[in-house]
Amino acid sequence: MSTAGFNSQNGTGTGQTYTNGPSQNPVALQQPPGVGYGMNHQPAYNPMQTKVLGPPSPALYASGPYQPVPPGPQLGSYPPPPAQPLLTRPPIGVLPSHTPPQSASPGPGPRQAQATPPAQATPPPPAVTSTSYYTGPPAWQYAAPRGPAPNHVNPAAAAPPHMSHGSAQPPGPGAPPTSIHGYPQPGTAPPPMNPPPPHTYQPNRPAYGPPPTAPPAGPPGATGTPPPPKVDGDVAGNGPQAPNSYNHVDNRMAGAAQPGPPGRHLGHYPSLPPGYQNTLAPPPSSLHPALQAATQPYIQGPQPYQQQPGGPGPDQLSPSMAAMSLQSGTPEALRVVNLLQERNLLPPAPVPAPTPCLTQDLQKLNCSPEVFRCTLTSIPQTQSLLNKAKLPLGLLLHPFKDLSQLPVVTSSTIVRCRSCRTYINPFVSFLDQRRWKCNLCYRVNDVPEEFMYNPVSRSYGEPHKRPEVQNATIEFIAPSEYMLRPPQPAVYLFVLDVSHNAVETGYLSVFCQSLLDNINALPGDSRTKVGFITFDSTIHFYNLQEGLSQPQMLIVSDIEDIFLPTPDSLLVNLNECKELVQDLLKSLPNLFEKTMETQSALGSALQAAFKLLSPTGGRMSVFQTQLPNLGVGALQSREDPNQRASAKDVQHLSPATDFYKKLALDCSGQQVAVDLFLLSAQYCDLASLGCISRFSAGSVYYYPSYHHQHNPAQVERFQRDLKRYLTRKIGFEAVMRIRCTKGLSIHTFHGNFFVRSTDLLSLPNVNPDAGFAVQMSIEENLDDMQVVSFQAALLYTSSKGERRIRVHTMCLPVVSSLSDVFAGADVQAVTGLLACMAVDRSVTSSLSDARDAMTNAAIDSLSSYRQSALTIQQPGLLAPACLRLFPLYILALLKQKAFRTGTSTRLDERVFAMYQLKYQPLAFAMLMIHPALYRLDDLSDEGALNINERTIPQPRVLQLSVEKLSREGAFLMDAGLVMYLWIGRNCHQNFLSQVLGVSSYAAVPEKLCLLPELDTAESQRTRALVSWLRDQRPFFPSLHIIRDESQLKPHFMQNMIEDRTESALSYYEFLLHLQQQISK
Amino acid sequence: MAFTFAAFCYMLALLLTAALIFFAIWHIIAFDELKTDYKNPIDQCNTLNPTIEKVKKIKRVKIAIKLVLPEYLIHFFFCVMFLCAAEWLTLVLNLPLLAYHVWRYTSRPVMSCPGLYDPTTIMNADILAYCQKEGWCKLAFYLLSFFYYLYGYTAFSAICLTLKIMQYLENIHTF
Repeated sequence: MSTAGFNSQNGTGTGQTYTNGPSQNPVALQQPPGVGYGMNHQPAYNPMQTKVLGPPSPALYASGPYQPVPPGPQLGSYPPPPAQPLLTRPPIGVLPSHTPPQSASPGPGPRQAQATPPAQATPPPPAVTSTSYYTGPPAWQYAAPRGPAPNHVNPAAAAPPHMSHGSAQPPGPGAPPTSIHGYPQPGTAPPPMNPPPPHTYQPNRPAYGPPPTAPPAGPPGATGTPPPPKVDGDVAGNGPQAPNSYNHVDNRMAGAAQPGPPGRHLGHYPSLPPGYQNTLAPPPSSLHPALQAATQPYIQGPQPYQQQPGGPGPDQLSPSMAAMSLQSGTPEALRVVNLLQERNLLPPAPVPAPTPCLTQDLQKLNCSPEVFRCTLTSIPQTQSLLNKAKLPLGLLLHPFKDLSQLPVVTSSTIVRCRSCRTYINPFVSFLDQRRWKCNLCYRVNDVPEEFMYNPVSRSYGEPHKRPEVQNATIEFIAPSEYMLRPPQPAVYLFVLDVSHNAVETGYLSVFCQSLLDNINALPGDSRTKVGFITFDSTIHFYNLQEGLSQPQMLIVSDIEDIFLPTPDSLLVNLNECKELVQDLLKSLPNLFEKTMETQSALGSALQAAFKLLSPTGGRMSVFQTQLPNLGVGALQSREDPNQRASAKDVQHLSPATDFYKKLALDCSGQQVAVDLFLLSAQYCDLASLGCISRFSAGSVYYYPSYHHQHNPAQVERFQRDLKRYLTRKIGFEAVMRIRCTKGLSIHTFHGNFFVRSTDLLSLPNVNPDAGFAVQMSIEENLDDMQVVSFQAALLYTSSKGERRIRVHTMCLPVVSSLSDVFAGADVQAVTGLLACMAVDRSVTSSLSDARDAMTNAAIDSLSSYRQSALTIQQPGLLAPACLRLFPLYILALLKQKAFRTGTSTRLDERVFAMYQLKYQPLAFAMLMIHPALYRLDDLSDEGALNINERTIPQPRVLQLSVEKLSREGAFLMDAGLVMYLWIGRNCHQNFLSQVLGVSSYAAVPEKLCLLPELDTAESQRTRALVSWLRDQRPFFPSLHIIRDESQLKPHFMQNMIEDRTESALSYYEFLLHLQQQISK
Repeated sequence: MAFTFAAFCYMLALLLTAALIFFAIWHIIAFDELKTDYKNPIDQCNTLNPTIEKVKKIKRVKIAIKLVLPEYLIHFFFCVMFLCAAEWLTLVLNLPLLAYHVWRYTSRPVMSCPGLYDPTTIMNADILAYCQKEGWCKLAFYLLSFFYYLYGYTAFSAICLTLKIMQYLENIHTF
């Protein structure tokens, strides 16, 4: 291949490709024409430029996670480039440097004392520009590891460790709260480490500073110091040290031993847990009397209990203090936490993803945890080790996530392993210039001639510097071998319920208006087609053919044997017939205003729509407002309202008929995806209807009690969701294949798709908001491997008719000891995967079974930790620090809408919650499982983020317990799909007037769903926070402002997971239950 | 009487069991193919292009999955035959499998058409492993019962033969 070839391809490639939706690569716009490979990520990237067609909200959402902020601002110790106003959440960025001192001592096995390099950061060397996408911490989960990262390539970082600690501290706004609560390090995220040779690093040794060109991870003493910073060389050369590499004891504060312990003291329960003491004192009184009553048991609970752990010694602090001193050699993630004694476990900011213990080089290249996450960041060597750990092994993926920086490669040949078809990735090893070894199947492949040329550096003979080998997330423009048929055009078909019930809800006008507003923003090209079908007891088609003066409605009343009246003119080219479409959309709401038809023949309408779409494939959006009760696919109401609150098993979680499933499979075969919008007050049997989306890789939206007048919050949500839905990026006729290193195999998939073969998912449509989970098992022992890799390749047709492949590769270390497995556990991912498994279990078996399984998961893993990984036995419920939130999350799951019993839950809402748990990417699913609670009345700019000149305050995340509420405050609960702003009865007058614009508590309206736009600092801060939270997710959470008397208050209180309800245990009781089970 | 009803039953069961063995083998192959689909990568270079090979494979899997119901019916059929022939021991030996079949079919996923396997869950590793195991167990059972029927058939034939010979001898003696 020649230079010219690349350049021209890239020029056009980048130009065309970023057209649709927020993930479009701004680089294309900024690049000088000559460079245009789509690879050089300029650090100064304005997210607003990403938006070509998309609306502002998706754009903001998209830009959130991958903002290419230079690593500096987090640490504050190196000057941020002037043009970087963006900051990711600072507290976490700072936090690693406040880690309690953990002087490394030789642990079991090969661990050695070592010093983490100082936290003084310097910009990454210029040589790695093409990876700046990764060096810029994109979001907070990603920020934590960034601190130390640059050190290893920094020759000048010679400051002694404690000095750097000092220098890192000042800019840390998060410091005070963390030290109070005794968890300076929020993280399950251990700082990434180099694998040090045993004798190399002494605590006081200045940073180990190989010159930037030397392999940073290459231990000087190691025999095979790899040649130039070649990724693959590192795999080979540093591989042997990988087992050690988890030894990331954070020693950078060896000089400053004090800060840690005091924090712990504060974090402990003195004689009574401080949290519980609060309830003894005149309670913060904003409590509802009933809730106060509910919290009473706490008080009795802990008191007698406190004697137990104290049994051996009267001093309450002794057990864990002893543990600390004895276990001080273990990494932070393995620090023993006595859950019964330490109360404030929740980090002040969202929990970051743990960093796999890989060498710096590998970790730098590794896939973003937002895209690809594994429940165990250290893969156990054998299945028996995995079984011993009792933790599920699996991946959580968000493969089509909107990325603001995505390298795109146009190349006539895509380099893949000849044996297993793995795409070349950063974790392969180059044996020499001409040969590379696949990291999945270990076959040695040839490097094709054209791969020798590097378009980024425009040099020849450096295949390891190609973008494919420098980026774990990359997109290829696929040549024609990847096409079964010519790429399909974007085809959108809208199937609308127009029965009396539907007209009553008034959704039709909202839909038509939204589509009218966004009709030009629909992703697509000149071939884009649209069509409309409406249905009640008959099916109505709309002839929109060019040349007609107005849309023609064709009614088919033979719903038993559906046919298309005029097959050619029902789906029309959007550009050619835009006027007619607009006419139709304007007239549709009025057309059915007076309809009296109450029946709904959804099944037939779907069949008709399938017939219409099957020649091309495309997207079918179905809007349904009632139970389909006519023709094929008719359903009966299966819900017994009296059983909603029953503590017994919930019935009817599985579909009543397989009609929808079969139709979905037909759709899947014809590349048609069905998205279901359910707007209904009554039971709609989502368990049956949902199958249509689930197996055709669609998405399900549910708006319970939707009404255009009575429920403005839902209307707003519907509007915003529709806007995002209509304008978001879309991939057609997609398949996703997940490959993993030989020895690992895929067990089960979770999400919306059809599994076509053991590792292949058929996704008629793929959208950027879809998440997937994969359970893995270890079939063969991974004995002689240091690392394993996972690769997800998503092949899709973009809305512009381009065939593209997006490849994500993740590399994880293999460990052989149980404590290492525990040290690498990612508690959020584990919870997410368990939730998916529990959903399956409750459908195939029963809900109580699923609940038991979740509780057992917590019991088993903690008892296995106690028995096998813990060296010192001590009383209490012990967990490694990285799993300290596990019981809390399990309890949250048990109290989640999907799995709760005893609380009145509509069947549809329950099923929808189950769908959400399976379908939402982990970050959003976690919010639905464990909502975030913030105090809003004392927001300050301290530690605030600055995004686009907006200041976004970052309040602490509070525990979900009524004890954290106070009558004087106002609290925001962010539960994913919904937010509650709870106003205390004695809320500060200031807050009421400045933020809500009302004079007194009594004047707060009963149903308030939005914050008034007042020109006060408080109002601005509050609104900035709320809108920032909203912008971070692809769906629109509605906000409810509630008072003590509000109807929604029970919903708010149900999310107080740590408290006791009539039917569920409090967190403390749950812990006691776990402990009882473990000690059995 | 040349041929008792029981002997006829055994002969029929023998033939039908041969067919069932064939079904079981097909079943095993089908699920193995489903499972190891991806492990034969070189000729399957492009997963998207369903080569003729693959289509054939899919057909074979479909046929195998369709064979489930005939298998159940056949087994049920000769169980009834044994009942009629009052071959109690043989019937008792077959009852567990019959009960298993009834249980398996009643606990099948919701389906409007006859069938046992849900294409959406069949790729689940647990179910796949279960089905494979089921196939092997059945194969073993059918093989054993094949020899049992063979034995039964020959035994009956032998009895008939000896009876016949004895009759014949008696006839001779009466002469």
